[in-house]
Amino acid sequence: MITLLWLIPALPFASTLVLVLLGSRLSRRAVAMVGVGSIGLSAVIAILVAASYLGATPSGGSFTQPLWTWIDVDSFRPQVSLYLDSLSLLMVLVVTFVGFLIHLYSAEFMIEDEGYSRFFAYMNLFVASMLTLLLANNLLLLYLGWEGVGLCSYLLIGFWYRDPANGRAARKAFIVTRVGDTALSIGLFLLFTRLGTLQIQDLMQRASTQWAPGTSLAAAAAFLLLGGAVGKSAQLPLQVWLPDAMAGPTPVSALLHAATMVTAGVYLIARTHVLFSLAPSAQSAVAVVGACTLLLAGFSALTQWDIKRVLAYSTVSQIGYMFVALGVGAWGAALFHFVTHAFFKALLFLGAGVITNALHDEHNIFRMGGLRKELPLTFWTFLIAGCSLAALPFITAGFFSKDLIIWDEWSAQNGNPALWTAGMIGALLTSLYTFRLIFRVFFGPLGLPVTKRPGYRMKIPLVVLAILSIVGGYFKQPLLAFLHSALPSTLEVHAGALTEIRSETISGLLFFVGVYFAYLFHLQKRNLADVLVENPIGRMLHQWWFADWGLDWIYDKVLVQPFIWVARINKSDFVDAFYAGIAWLARLSYRGLSDTETGRVRWYAASMAAASLLFIAIVLFK
Amino acid sequence: MLLAGILFSLGLTSLLVRRNLIFVLMSLEVMLNAAGLAFVVAGARWHQADGQVMFLFILAVAAAEVSVGLALVLEIYHRVKSLDVDELSKMRG
Repeated sequence: MITLLWLIPALPFASTLVLVLLGSRLSRRAVAMVGVGSIGLSAVIAILVAASYLGATPSGGSFTQPLWTWIDVDSFRPQVSLYLDSLSLLMVLVVTFVGFLIHLYSAEFMIEDEGYSRFFAYMNLFVASMLTLLLANNLLLLYLGWEGVGLCSYLLIGFWYRDPANGRAARKAFIVTRVGDTALSIGLFLLFTRLGTLQIQDLMQRASTQWAPGTSLAAAAAFLLLGGAVGKSAQLPLQVWLPDAMAGPTPVSALLHAATMVTAGVYLIARTHVLFSLAPSAQSAVAVVGACTLLLAGFSALTQWDIKRVLAYSTVSQIGYMFVALGVGAWGAALFHFVTHAFFKALLFLGAGVITNALHDEHNIFRMGGLRKELPLTFWTFLIAGCSLAALPFITAGFFSKDLIIWDEWSAQNGNPALWTAGMIGALLTSLYTFRLIFRVFFGPLGLPVTKRPGYRMKIPLVVLAILSIVGGYFKQPLLAFLHSALPSTLEVHAGALTEIRSETISGLLFFVGVYFAYLFHLQKRNLADVLVENPIGRMLHQWWFADWGLDWIYDKVLVQPFIWVARINKSDFVDAFYAGIAWLARLSYRGLSDTETGRVRWYAASMAAASLLFIAIVLFK
Repeated sequence: MLLAGILFSLGLTSLLVRRNLIFVLMSLEVMLNAAGLAFVVAGARWHQADGQVMFLFILAVAAAEVSVGLALVLEIYHRVKSLDVDELSKMRG
């Protein structure tokens, strides 16, 4: 059964091919069957593989399936082979399952779109690339998947390409992630030249035997991989692309920018955790990046008015949590949070899709309101997901995963009180912006009227994901034990004055504080929020946070404008001018010489005489 | 020697100024003889036989040149009915 592994990425890929080649001739029904069915089959196979993996765990806890040799040049012989261990199995299960639900949802969501088959072709290609990334046994294949998801993300963000703004957002996402990808590829070159292989397991083994902990090479490699992860996972300072990526259709945001693609960076770091353990500086950089990101994104989320941008910033912030967890060495906690986050964030985006669809593509939360009665199912599922995101104690999945991270920020080997504080403030911010959203959208007087209600294909994913957002948390211990074969367990060293229960109590209290303030500002006394924004400091902060701490502005001034300026003055191409000059000189001398060919014999004679005179003169008077 | 120089430059000038092929050939002849004269004078001045030997060579060359040149002039005249050098310029680069 486990040998069916190759089918998991192959099925979505085959479906992409079918849709690309025959998409225009198939009916919408058939397109949906192919597009959704392939992911469904993948999910089923993933479950079968998982069952057989659990039933008879391969020796060493991993299973390798070589398919063929990709390139064969001297010692460089990367294979296309799949590698399954508990880490990749978990990721594959989540990606196929959540992916399937989102595909099912989009089968209805996109029904009126003219690019129906194109949409499913892209989505399937995306899932195929993501699965390649997860199952890759060597970093080169992983890089292929990595670029594949980048490409699909570009295609899907710019899916409605008639609006130039969407194209711009797509380009931005592509270019910004490319910065990270470049770092990643340099990292791969470094690893290959130093360690002579790209096979992940060999690489990790050689790294740990050849490199002493803390050596500069290990740190350089780890930092370069971190650069790639930061780009893909939208962390500081490359997080600017993600909020703009909300230009794509909502299921795209749910699949790419919440549940799967952005966690590729988390996966990469978890996959190469040996390298990061060898480079403590890089690992603490991961933690710091994560902590800063979660705070900055949390503040930005507080000020956004677009429902999808709020969710986008919350995604950035939650991935920040995962990074912190990776940074402090709580590998299992990061993955656990990835799982629960995939559930509740996909659900939030799908819910947002229902809302914007129902309100005629209105994204402004300040024009919404009172949808609790109008869209009851959406309300309850959205509320569950919101509670999970904001970590409602003891009920929701998000509580278990996030508090595990916050606790590990204190207690794990690289943890320290500063990170813990950041996590706590982040938790407060999360509940603030989540409930700000919920109170604005679902409570209060009725805003815009509802024009469209979701059908069953949109409701099923909502319900399933809502259930998962709650029960997901109860799998904490089994999940951590399951991951133990692939990732080292977390060492809890700095217990000290704080115990896990106390930490959880504090964050539970912060949840309610956040909800209360959200209630106060956004439901009970709505003018209070305006008063806060009206005073000069408030307004300045509001604008600053709204513009994502001005990072876009800085990048525009520091990078984009000079680049455009250089491009403009170099329009005629400096390097080319030299070669053009040679050509011009040749042409000029040709003209000059051809003009002397008059055919007048006497001129020839005269010039011969003059030249001989000249030469004699030179010889005589030298 | 001075006479030779004057003769040479006269020949050169008429070569450049004249358009008739016959005159061009004649001025060439003048220049050759000027050169020959220069050799003879130089031979006499430094008491060397080389100058006279060179002059004999020049005579032979001039005779050969004149015969070939005149033959060409005849042929050209038959073809284009003209001896104007400038009108013969058919080779344009």
